[in-house]
Amino acid sequence: MPNMKRENNIAQTAAEFNGFSKETIAKFNEIKNHFPVGKEKSAIIRMLHLAQTEVGWLSTEAMDAVATFLNIQTIEVYEVATFYTMFHVNPVGKHVFEVCRTGPCMLVGSDQIIDYISEKLNIKVGETTADGEFTLKTVECLGACGYAPVLQCKYKFHENLTKDKVDELIEAYRSGIIEN
Amino acid sequence: MKNRKLLLENVHIPGIETYDVYRKNGGYRSVEKAIKSLTPDEVVEEVKKSGLRGRGGAGFPTGMKWSFLAKPEGIPRYLVCNADESEPGTFKDRYLMEKIPHLLVEGMITASYALGANTSYIYIRGEFMYILHILEKAIAEAYDNGFLGKNILGKGYDLDLFVVPGGGAYICGEETALLESLEGKRGNPRIKPPFPAVKGLWGAPTVVNNVETIAAVVPIVNDGGEAYAAIGIGKSTGTKLISACGNLVKPGVYEIDLGLSIEEFIYGDDYCQGIANNKRLKACVPGGSSVPILPHYLVTKTANGDDRLMSYESLAEGAFASGSMLGSGGFIVFDEDQCIVRNTWNFTRFYAHESCGQCSPCREGTGWMEKVLYRLETGNGNLRDIDLLAEINKKIEGNTICPLGDAAAWPVAAAIRHFRDEFEWHVSHKEEAIKRNYGLSKEPMLA
Repeated sequence: MPNMKRENNIAQTAAEFNGFSKETIAKFNEIKNHFPVGKEKSAIIRMLHLAQTEVGWLSTEAMDAVATFLNIQTIEVYEVATFYTMFHVNPVGKHVFEVCRTGPCMLVGSDQIIDYISEKLNIKVGETTADGEFTLKTVECLGACGYAPVLQCKYKFHENLTKDKVDELIEAYRSGIIEN
Repeated sequence: MKNRKLLLENVHIPGIETYDVYRKNGGYRSVEKAIKSLTPDEVVEEVKKSGLRGRGGAGFPTGMKWSFLAKPEGIPRYLVCNADESEPGTFKDRYLMEKIPHLLVEGMITASYALGANTSYIYIRGEFMYILHILEKAIAEAYDNGFLGKNILGKGYDLDLFVVPGGGAYICGEETALLESLEGKRGNPRIKPPFPAVKGLWGAPTVVNNVETIAAVVPIVNDGGEAYAAIGIGKSTGTKLISACGNLVKPGVYEIDLGLSIEEFIYGDDYCQGIANNKRLKACVPGGSSVPILPHYLVTKTANGDDRLMSYESLAEGAFASGSMLGSGGFIVFDEDQCIVRNTWNFTRFYAHESCGQCSPCREGTGWMEKVLYRLETGNGNLRDIDLLAEINKKIEGNTICPLGDAAAWPVAAAIRHFRDEFEWHVSHKEEAIKRNYGLSKEPMLA
């Protein structure tokens, strides 16, 4: 199973999974109808996005619930969840900073931004802060090259990053000014 | 040449993302014209006449792609829009969908009608979730106003349109990987043939087109294919969205007439306004990270000394020896302080990360090249490494199911071809290479 290795220090703070909310289930049902009868598996990626948004990451329990809903084997969900890089199959912090590291961002200083965030949060790339607030990840091209350097946090783009902007962002997320 | 806009003309009108404003400014005329007065084949004919070529990167003639669509009785056909924009340097589709979503919805309806599809999908990269919501809002408005759903405009044509997100995988921009992903699977490209036009989504005949390609169908149907073909140069007809980034004064998305000179695009006041911070141009990757890099002396002029133009042909002039490709229009500009070895390593790391892992030459080769390039970049390489890269390159190129292998190999080959001195300098000046960049490469003596 993908998330057996729970080395992460915040594994225990992740909420116990007790099934999806009514709203999420309603969304699941709606998305399923976008596809012909018998082809509902096509809904899986969007369902995983919704599941991750609700649970915070894709625990085995959450993925199993998706499999049950779609009436498919659990492995069919695991193999998809582990293929696509947006899915966190290990616990992550409350806010995941995914900083683009690809060429066009690098040309205008993404390496320095990544180092700065790392220093500021006192974590390495891939780690989560001790309070479980932030996880720092690097990702490949986010398709915002003209507004680089850029990071994404829960589907929100933060562009034209500078050190000052990073300071503001961390503060805004920490204090809840930017909602998840 | 005055810049005429076919796609982004109305982009700055306040509220253009809403149905009412879009409609007031001539929106959905192409749907009315097509459904009320043209047969599906006549629409295909206009697209053929327009000379429109796929805007996702390959540049394949769209009308021809459409005419390959198999039409067996009793089996549904699908139109799938490729909005999985992930090619480094490319952010034009995002701009179009975010600013003027109804243009894509309108193009999808007109194109679906031409192809006889009754269900169509827009597959958008998962990172663009906020745009998925923008598109769904536009689609809901189109349903409310009778442009989607049953019996559109009372002419008996039915169409449902849905948006489906990906999950963060560059490979899903390859059309068969996209179809796999759309079926709810890992994005492993399929072996071709059969091509999607015969066996695509769920085994049914399918056309996959880029966002910009589908949007271009709108002006083509409105004004006729010939009017579209009158713009541009030679076989590069119409306008193209170019997303410019890197060390430029004014990066961003520009709609240009194909045939614009690159000199004007980089330095012109209406476009990028030159290199940022008064630096000099070192190199340019004109069509997204997968196309060969050009050194400064081959960017604005071809090897023959002709002006280099923004067109499929001019950018490819000199083939791989001294040319590149228009690709997706992801125009990346490097100033004199950028390190080509570092950039090549960065791009290779990208491909190693994004390889789906299906074919060994790509899975192993990209990772191997990344390691060798990292060695060179950090001053630990030797001269033999440069030849080793060329060897690995040859073993990847043409030996994989999909073009990701080629896309990973070409930039490395081109970087070594044009910047070999810089690679060698990284070997001979280990200490210095870590501390500073090589600077501009010398222009070779013209023979």
